[in-house]
Amino acid sequence: MSVPAEEAIRQRYPDAIEDFRDAAGMPLLTVSGDSILTVCRQAKEELGFDFFDCLSGVDQKDRFEVVYHLWSTTRNESLLLKVILDHDEPVVDSATPVWVGADWHEREAYDLYGILFAGHPDLRRILLPDDFEGYPMRKDYLETD
Amino acid sequence: MDDPTLTLDPEKLRTTVKGDALGDNLQELLVNMGPQHPSTHGVLRLLLHMEGEVVTDAVVHIGYLHRAMEKLCERRNYFQVIPLTDRNDYLCAMTNNQVYCQAVEKLMGLEVPDRAHFIRVIVMELNRIASHLIWLGTFALDLGAMSVFLYCFREREKILSFFEEICGARLTYSYMRIGGVPWDLPEGWGDRVRAFVEGFPGYLEENDQLLTGNEIFLSRTRGIGLLEPEVAVDYGCSGPTLRGSGVAYDVRKAEPYAVYDRLDFDVPVQHTQDCLGRYLVRVAEMRESCRLVRQSLDLLPAGDVMAKTPKTLRPAASEVYTRVESPRGVLGVYLVSDGTTSPYRLKWRAPSFSNLQAIPHMCRGWKIADVVAILGSIDVVLGDVDR
Repeated sequence: MSVPAEEAIRQRYPDAIEDFRDAAGMPLLTVSGDSILTVCRQAKEELGFDFFDCLSGVDQKDRFEVVYHLWSTTRNESLLLKVILDHDEPVVDSATPVWVGADWHEREAYDLYGILFAGHPDLRRILLPDDFEGYPMRKDYLETD
Repeated sequence: MDDPTLTLDPEKLRTTVKGDALGDNLQELLVNMGPQHPSTHGVLRLLLHMEGEVVTDAVVHIGYLHRAMEKLCERRNYFQVIPLTDRNDYLCAMTNNQVYCQAVEKLMGLEVPDRAHFIRVIVMELNRIASHLIWLGTFALDLGAMSVFLYCFREREKILSFFEEICGARLTYSYMRIGGVPWDLPEGWGDRVRAFVEGFPGYLEENDQLLTGNEIFLSRTRGIGLLEPEVAVDYGCSGPTLRGSGVAYDVRKAEPYAVYDRLDFDVPVQHTQDCLGRYLVRVAEMRESCRLVRQSLDLLPAGDVMAKTPKTLRPAASEVYTRVESPRGVLGVYLVSDGTTSPYRLKWRAPSFSNLQAIPHMCRGWKIADVVAILGSIDVVLGDVDR
């Protein structure tokens, strides 16, 4: 427990971590898309990040980002994991096998950003109607009146 | 409370129906509950899979109240976002104001004056009481206890009048600003609030007896809608929904914001995992809120209520995630700035969204009438879910 969580992940998967920074007091690790599920598993099972707080999609115009906001009930610590995805083909492994709570959050990111979560049990729109066209939170989405 | 007929083993109460018990020609029935059903507290649609009167599965359909809040935030400058925050979770606009202002203040490195911090704690805790009162009234109403509703609204009116005095609004306050609060408290406001929080626990006691002394209320809530602690954590449930399952997670203690680290309060927890546990946690929380308001009024320092904030905000390109404890649980904001005057991305982590996700798990195996109690017990606000 004495080793900080972000340090433990970096030691265990040195090749998977692309960047590490401090986001106004919270450790933020950028993880490669291939290893995100492995890192999520380690975060939950070995490091105790059992509370799936939230998942955010971000459109950075040339790339998509998915940010996992985690919290641990045992360590009382927060951890942010970030994955960078290709803008033309945003696909990432679903975190639902690790936390069931990821379900709706991933559906929301799919609904608003069109990010695909491979292995999600029921990936369909959640906030918008099923016949809605396009992904409105994308920066290149054209608003109609 | 100690009536032996009411202390049945919760496991025995959970109904299990096997297909063969009702014959082979058992047919699954689909029942639509909502989006106009009064017990859904807004516009929520539950598609219930029924075997006889027993719920075997529930599919939750949300989005009826989606107003594209996050998209709207990207089109407005940092100050113009505040009125939007009021409309997310409209029963606790103060906490919504707080979490957004807190995120921008963190991003900018702004120091909020102490007096403003204490004023914010006072209004947030009053807002928590007001929000819990709405929940208490409607929850009791759902279960057939009519009178509690009117008493709750009588008390809530007093709090809304306090808010009207400080900011002119009764629901959508927009009272907080980035860097503090815009106006100091009116003359004598603190004394009137103090008188209210002195008297409120007595009222709460009376009201509590109306329900916890009522056999019908107890049999509708005790042992009903179990949510195991590990499941609750896995779903990311928070607030009284989580604490009713025995997990003592409260952001005010875990990551103290404003001046909560200087105040003395307890985090009420129940280990029963049922609707009654969640009820008891909220009632105890109202008492704790009264303690917090009293202490904050005692400690309220003199001084400014606003930090020196630039007229135009341009935070450097960076990101921040911050959270507060709303009456419904963990309310978070993930804010990404690109150095312009508008947020590049503003994501709301809504407590009701995660709590609602656990509803199918909580409803399976219970009767359709219990669904009303279970849904009421997690205190869902659809504006918060759909954003």
